Amino acid sequence: MQVPVEGFMYPNEVELQWSVLIVLYPFLTGLVAGAFILASLERVFQVQAVKPTYRLALLTALAFLLVAPMPLQLHLGHPERSFEMYLTPHGSSAMAMFGFVYLWYLLAVLVLEIWLDYRHDIVVLSQTTTGWRRWMYRILTLGSTNISPRALHIDERAGWLTTVIGIPSAFLLHGYVGFIFGSVKANPWWSSPLMPVVFLFSAMVSGIAVVMLLYMLLTAIRRQPIDMRCVDTVAKYLFYTFIIDFSLEMLDLIHRIYEADESFRSLDFMVHTKLYFSHIVVQILLGTVTPIVLLAITQVAKLTELARKRIYVLSGCLTLIGIFAMRWNVVIGGQLFSKSFLGYTTYKMGFVAREGLLTAIILTILPFVFLWALVKLLPPWPEKASRAQAASAD
Amino acid sequence: MTITRRQLLILLPAAAVAWDYILAGTPEASPNYDMADHWWAMLIDTTKCIGCGSCVRGCQFENKVPDGYYRTWVERYHIADWEMEFPQVDSPNGGKSGFPPAKEAGGKNFFVPKLCNHCADSPCTQVCPVGATFVSPDGVVLVDQKYCLGCRYCVQACPYGCRFINPQTNTANKCTLCYHRITKGLTTACCEVCPTGTRQLANLKDPKDPIHEFLRTHSVQVLKPQMATRSKCFYYGLDGAVR
Amino acid sequence: MKMFKHAGHLFRLAAVFLVGLIAFLTLRTFLVPRSFGRYGHYRADAITEIAALPVNYAGHQVCEGCHGDIQDVKSKGSHQGVACESCHGPLAAHANDPASVTPAKLDTSVLCARCHQENIAKPKSFPQVKAADHSGGAACNTCHQPHTPAMNAGATQ
Repeated sequence: MQVPVEGFMYPNEVELQWSVLIVLYPFLTGLVAGAFILASLERVFQVQAVKPTYRLALLTALAFLLVAPMPLQLHLGHPERSFEMYLTPHGSSAMAMFGFVYLWYLLAVLVLEIWLDYRHDIVVLSQTTTGWRRWMYRILTLGSTNISPRALHIDERAGWLTTVIGIPSAFLLHGYVGFIFGSVKANPWWSSPLMPVVFLFSAMVSGIAVVMLLYMLLTAIRRQPIDMRCVDTVAKYLFYTFIIDFSLEMLDLIHRIYEADESFRSLDFMVHTKLYFSHIVVQILLGTVTPIVLLAITQVAKLTELARKRIYVLSGCLTLIGIFAMRWNVVIGGQLFSKSFLGYTTYKMGFVAREGLLTAIILTILPFVFLWALVKLLPPWPEKASRAQAASAD
Repeated sequence: MTITRRQLLILLPAAAVAWDYILAGTPEASPNYDMADHWWAMLIDTTKCIGCGSCVRGCQFENKVPDGYYRTWVERYHIADWEMEFPQVDSPNGGKSGFPPAKEAGGKNFFVPKLCNHCADSPCTQVCPVGATFVSPDGVVLVDQKYCLGCRYCVQACPYGCRFINPQTNTANKCTLCYHRITKGLTTACCEVCPTGTRQLANLKDPKDPIHEFLRTHSVQVLKPQMATRSKCFYYGLDGAVR
Repeated sequence: MKMFKHAGHLFRLAAVFLVGLIAFLTLRTFLVPRSFGRYGHYRADAITEIAALPVNYAGHQVCEGCHGDIQDVKSKGSHQGVACESCHGPLAAHANDPASVTPAKLDTSVLCARCHQENIAKPKSFPQVKAADHSGGAACNTCHQPHTPAMNAGATQ
């Protein structure tokens, strides 16, 4: 257990408690919340331009939500006891609400909204496909094949209501993670009322970016024309959300530097040394300032379609890297310094280990595998849907 | 008096429930111990500590603490001059084998033993998602080894760094104030082996307890009072530089 | 009633959720540990389990029960406040069954230094020496009897 320690750390602090998997978890749920908020833009706020991304955003959210509990299970000392959170949740613990918030969001929001929006297609597919697929769709219909205009209208209203409930639910799903960190008075890097808000806005930024990138990528793979009005609008919302996110993070930083409380000297030293690359270079410069500047250019200058596409792809990728770095800096950064403010430790991340880098990479790729399966099962593309309708008309 | 079948049908399940409740056990494994009569605390007199590490070894032997993890440890402070905000602190192996000679001469030097503070408003029990760690009715913060999931939230929430995850059980672990000893009329292992009387156990519900009396008549301190944890580990002679 | 005719699928979904909820609540009554909640939000049996852990240090009162002669000597010297097991290690097993465990003979040249080796951080009033200067490498019990360490009390060797 030879971990290099600089200065003094309480003996039990030398080994980090929360690993890269705990960095990954808020990143994944952030993408869920952000993708859902983008979907709600169309559904509730009537931003018609982003409609092409609506179904894709929902499926993306579901794919990431299905993977989200996995890093948590792998990190627990006793994953077989995790159901205890459902049996005896401790009312004073923010972590205890995970099980219920997750289940609520999964079933009462996401699955419900997807089912309501796709129900017409599901019924048609249950009648037009064969073999095991047919049985799958038949189960999904719950035995009801009513796709009359009246039923579909009820679905549409119910879906609208679900989205309205879903927006605060998405905030809760990701906000509580911010509160888990923000409410720990023992850790001055985490303890802040701003923490849930910063987590939420960075989640929205990452979610919007991932849906934008996926839409562009999948449309290109399908050799269809990218709806530029849609992508321009999504990028605009990304830009606005980024401004807010950046302002919040700068507010936290300036406030810390100005107040300079007992923890400041130690934290400042940490940011300038151990966290320099991940915080200053990756999170702030590459992951926040660069995308904001690039997106600002697209908002003020008249650029060609190709130039805009390239900037959107670059900004989207940098954004995702930057938001991951933000989670890293919060979780890992919060454990690198001693609560005595007299020393620092090092994070030794394994590769092929239960909580190692390879596991994190696999868990990052897995949602895209799930998404591929979901896209095959419930095609989000309008022309596919109309083909299904045409098939049912035969 | 004869019992009708109907009465029996009602009595039997009622009796079963009552018997079950009795079988579920009394909280004290030893007789003559009443949780309601005790509110445990500890007093540490840093003016007496010689940094011998007997407490660290004693705790390890008594509680089978794995190497590299510490339910209690001793820190050595060196303050060069008046600058209280920059002490030099070391704790080689938690002080288990004592301390090597000091690197610098002069200045103010002393030892500070540390352990779980058994806070009355404990932040670690507040954050446990399932209720695996708790403050017992007699004031000891304990971990239920059969219920803990090993989520490590309590380890993060402790301001004093006294918790760790036991690599053999994958559950949270920390000083139990030798609960298995104090409920039998013994003192904690660390207090037993401390050769100078630095560490002393106290029962704050006992009006005749000498430590209770000491707390009432002397200036005592707690670690990190700004955390408002109502720590029950009191220090006598704690220097302001102690973290 | 026309509304219900076209909302049949929503009722089916609600029924699925309701079945799930009832299944969860039923399962819960079997899975929550019996003693949970008796004193607070935790399993009360844990207190019993922790209190039943094995004891490894007997405590000096137990030692004095059999070794009264040593206690008489020790109680008059400067080590009167030092518990037996502080030097002799955990001996509850020996106290329970003296024949089964024989406490090891201690090496004073290692043992005594832990407390009495000079260190700038030790209280000034505490007796401490630089072993090399003090005894020239000889074991401490050449001159000091550990149970009553004052010089005029005589040696063990």
